[in-house]
Amino acid sequence: MSEYVYADNAATTRLSDAAFEAMKPYFTEYFGNPSSLYKLGAASQRAVDKAREDIAGCINAPRPTDVYFVSGGSEADNWAIKGAAELGLKKGKKHIISSRFEHHAVLHTLEYLEKHGYEVTLLEVHEDGLVRPEELEAAIREDTALVTIMFANNEIGTIQPIKELAEIAHKHGVLFHTDAVQAVGTVEIDVQELGVDMLSMSGHKFHGPKGVGALYIKKGIRLPSLIHGGAQERGMRAGTENIAGVVGMAAALKEAVENIPERNARLTKMRDRLIDGLSVIDRSRVNGDRVHRLPGNVNMCFEGIEGESLLLMLDLKGISASSGSACTSGSLDPSHVLLALGLPHEIAHGSLRLTFSDENTEEDIDRILSVLPPIVERLRSMSPLWEKIVNNSKD
Amino acid sequence: MAYSEKVMDHFANPRNVGEMPDADGIGEVGNSKCGDIMKMYIKVKDNIITDVSFKTFGCGAAIATSSMATELVKGRSIDDALQLTNKAVMEALDGLPPVKVHCSVLAEQAIKAALSDYYTKQGIDPEPIVGKISECEECHLH
Ligand SMILES: Cc1ncc(COP(=O)(O)O)c(C=O)c1O
Ligand code: FES
Repeated sequence: MSEYVYADNAATTRLSDAAFEAMKPYFTEYFGNPSSLYKLGAASQRAVDKAREDIAGCINAPRPTDVYFVSGGSEADNWAIKGAAELGLKKGKKHIISSRFEHHAVLHTLEYLEKHGYEVTLLEVHEDGLVRPEELEAAIREDTALVTIMFANNEIGTIQPIKELAEIAHKHGVLFHTDAVQAVGTVEIDVQELGVDMLSMSGHKFHGPKGVGALYIKKGIRLPSLIHGGAQERGMRAGTENIAGVVGMAAALKEAVENIPERNARLTKMRDRLIDGLSVIDRSRVNGDRVHRLPGNVNMCFEGIEGESLLLMLDLKGISASSGSACTSGSLDPSHVLLALGLPHEIAHGSLRLTFSDENTEEDIDRILSVLPPIVERLRSMSPLWEKIVNNSKD
Repeated sequence: MAYSEKVMDHFANPRNVGEMPDADGIGEVGNSKCGDIMKMYIKVKDNIITDVSFKTFGCGAAIATSSMATELVKGRSIDDALQLTNKAVMEALDGLPPVKVHCSVLAEQAIKAALSDYYTKQGIDPEPIVGKISECEECHLH
């Protein structure tokens, strides 16, 4: 009974062996600064150039130089949004459109801009967790500077119609950014086909290292810098390059995009078996659309129990999962994502997110299916809220 | 955020959990902010709390503090139980993370609510003895 199941791949992933091996030489052997003239520095520069080429290839960016390395998804989002806001301001545009269930890297950046005089419209995501293109079109104004909509949601995994949304933004001459942190490496991404102007990614979500990410910026968009200093990243983003980091991210992404269709077929089967198996639990529900959904994402609520106690019980049984209940993140508010779906507070407190990657197996699903229902039953047997729900339904 | 071993022990193996059909007093308190609910049942004989049990909907700390609170009042006099503070519950659990302090307040209030109900059932006005049970300050801080 000592099996361990890691089912929190949306939070972060294990570094892949290929990425780890690719990174190793750049810590102690090729440690030179790419900006230096000597050979050691040149080796580092070549590694960074190669990583940029590889990553550009994985997302079908027209040129490697459209990819800018940053410190992760949060920085990429901050840069894209603050930069586009500044570009808008030059034309007197101070309105930004986003959605209610973006990651905090986006939402808190927008709140910051609101304090500095920008106006923000957050689109509804409805019960299914999907943005409606016609609602985006209706929200666009003369002074809209940017539309930023996430590719796939980090809690419920719903996938937005990005291509269609970008087309609408462009029809009205508005820039379009997408936070694709949960999607890159998981689903096929072609920035030219999608028509996005900017796209954020983060290495640690696809078995790359933490603390490194990239922002794709379409040629011709003169995004102002966020981090000022040295002339790295062609003067766009200062700071000595995280060589091992970008090398690891590139190795991980190349590996991840190799077998997307087969992997997703396998993960979708596992996901659906788990959802179906857990749905037989009385008063359970799946959060978010079941079809337009990341293959490895399961997000469910079980009425009458609270998320944190569920996670702790699972942890005691060797299953690492997460919850929308922010109890776990040190604040008491329920998940803004589940509230955006229109769930009442007491239900939003009881959500469970299980996220899978290539490294998970059917045995993991078996294990969860055998361990979880008794835990739900146990917590409900000691829940006065469950007692109320049962009594009310008898009336 | 990490819980102490004692918290995890009381969470994983809660003491005195479940309904009590023949309770002499039942108290239910809720925290409107986090949505947690605690229900306490007591059995009283000659001013002594002879039995106590609880049901809780809430986080790990809410379950652990409920369990510990029942342990601290079981077999004790009503007067002792009235003196129970959230601090004593917390100390008995080797502390709680700062955001979880209010869970121990909820446990203290649940015991008091059960005692209030006991007095009311005895035809005695509980307020002069137990005091008012209001939302705790901790909860308003969040
Ligand atoms: C959708 C989304 N955006 C942004 C981020 C932030 O990425 P990072 O942790 O690399 O800063 C995350 C991950 O936490 C995410 O899931
Ligand atoms: S978070 Fe509400 S009682 Fe613990």
